[in-house]
Amino acid sequence: MSITYPPDRVLTTMSEAIARYVPHGASVAMSLALEPLIPFAAGHEIIRQQKCNLTLIGPISDVLFDQLVGAGCVAKITAAWVGNVSEGLGHCYRRATEQSVPRAIVTEEHSNFTIALALLAAGLGSPYIPTRTALGSDIVHQNPTFRQEQSLLDGTPLLHVPALRPDVAIIHVQRSDEDGNAHLWGNLGICEEAALAAKDVILVAEEIVSREVILSDPNRVLAPSFKVRAVVHEPLGAHPSPVQGYYDRDHRYYHEYHQRTRALAGFQQWLDEWVLQVPTRAAYVAKLGEERIRNLGVKGHRYAAPVDYGY
Amino acid sequence: MAGDPTINRGPTDYSPQELMVVCAARQIHDGEKVFVGMRLPLLAFALAKRTHAPNCIGLFEAGILRDIPAPRLLYTMGDVANITGSLWATRMVNLMGLMAAGEVQVGFIGGAEIDRYGNLNTSIIGDWKHPKVRLPGSGGAADIASLSQRLAIIMQHDRHRLRERVDYVTSPGYGYPDEHGPAGKAWRQRVGLPRGGPAALITTLAVFTFDRENGEAMLQSYHPGTTIEQVQEQTGWKLRVAPDYAETVPPSAEELRVIRECDPEGVWTR
Repeated sequence: MSITYPPDRVLTTMSEAIARYVPHGASVAMSLALEPLIPFAAGHEIIRQQKCNLTLIGPISDVLFDQLVGAGCVAKITAAWVGNVSEGLGHCYRRATEQSVPRAIVTEEHSNFTIALALLAAGLGSPYIPTRTALGSDIVHQNPTFRQEQSLLDGTPLLHVPALRPDVAIIHVQRSDEDGNAHLWGNLGICEEAALAAKDVILVAEEIVSREVILSDPNRVLAPSFKVRAVVHEPLGAHPSPVQGYYDRDHRYYHEYHQRTRALAGFQQWLDEWVLQVPTRAAYVAKLGEERIRNLGVKGHRYAAPVDYGY
Repeated sequence: MAGDPTINRGPTDYSPQELMVVCAARQIHDGEKVFVGMRLPLLAFALAKRTHAPNCIGLFEAGILRDIPAPRLLYTMGDVANITGSLWATRMVNLMGLMAAGEVQVGFIGGAEIDRYGNLNTSIIGDWKHPKVRLPGSGGAADIASLSQRLAIIMQHDRHRLRERVDYVTSPGYGYPDEHGPAGKAWRQRVGLPRGGPAALITTLAVFTFDRENGEAMLQSYHPGTTIEQVQEQTGWKLRVAPDYAETVPPSAEELRVIRECDPEGVWTR
């Protein structure tokens, strides 16, 4: 195997990144910061490219997983929670699980902690991580990858959570350079664990900045750029989820989505209107309209005090 | 989403959600570390902070630690306002890890179904292989139920939700009696859980506490305007009543004022 340096340019378009790094049948980790920084733009491109038989990996997904399930892209979910955080159940997830519409899916149940430990284990190169969480729950019986064992140290019961290595992690960040050196701030969820666990990483960035900007604050860097295969510049690419320092959560979107997708026909109309007939994120942003975007914008900046890396 | 205007609401005209938030906040003792779940617990933490527990600290599984309430109403724990003024914005494993290590005194979760032993279901109603209703799943609930020192549960009270036995145990309570021993803290020890178990079940009609020796829920208080008979009617097991049961102490004017200040449009409380 040859090692090339400097790396190939990774800055690319969303359509190219998804076409190249999310093949049919891939396992895809996304929505890793929980409610914020959800890569909706990437998810919608996956739907437009009609990717199928995907395994989705995440902690809680808010409505992005519901949309991918409804669009028929998903064969399996490996997650702790699928629904609509501020509204309740995910209608597409229900239809797929209860009625196999548009297709049957399998769910490998996790808790938030176990999915985090599974990715952490992969990132550490460890075959599994033992824990006491979820013992006594049916999650440990239903997830076929879990093992209950006795501790070699004191004989007490343990849950062994095996390493989980996604084919690709798609992570939304505030800013990245063209090589995938990126800053993410706010709550981190399991972004770092997923980036270190996945074979490939796609970054979606609100802003592309110079290498000097990123290297000025290396403590804020998410993960090593040598794992990053693609960087996509996609302003508002996480809408309707929030991005700290850029835009707020669009609560109204989640409410409307919940109402409109109760019935299958309603979901299909919604999908057509907001995904299939919207070829790019730029077109999506135009469809949202200036006023809605302005209302979500930052009302008061709160800059961190600079730190001194000098010597 | 927005409810009725709150301007004319008085101290005796509170909603069931407001009463549940008050009961939940009262579970928090000053100085405790609190694992804060989705929805009503977000408000309960803010209420406790602003009233009787000013020194409590909130842990939010998305990766946030706070010792002051967020500056505005939270729809989700990952809202941008929950980062503002936080003590720590970090990885989920750090906060779950603190709880696994025993640092969290009380954790809050909601549920779709619960049984008399405090086992909660938020995953599947009906058969696992052919679910009648697919619910969202655990999220962090199973972890909070497993690892916190005390668990407080908030949910809608009706007969099909408070059942003799749940279809699926998402979040372990006190388990079930089996050939190895009783339900309760002994069951938790048998299955390997390190501590904890339900301390309070707060519903739209009543508050239950739990007998940790056999794991059974006990009616501790019934809300003003209801009776024990009505609670029994809406509960799928034969009620056991705590010896010191009473009517739930209604919200104080101050508690309602703070809740309505936090949630002026009644997003979570109307």
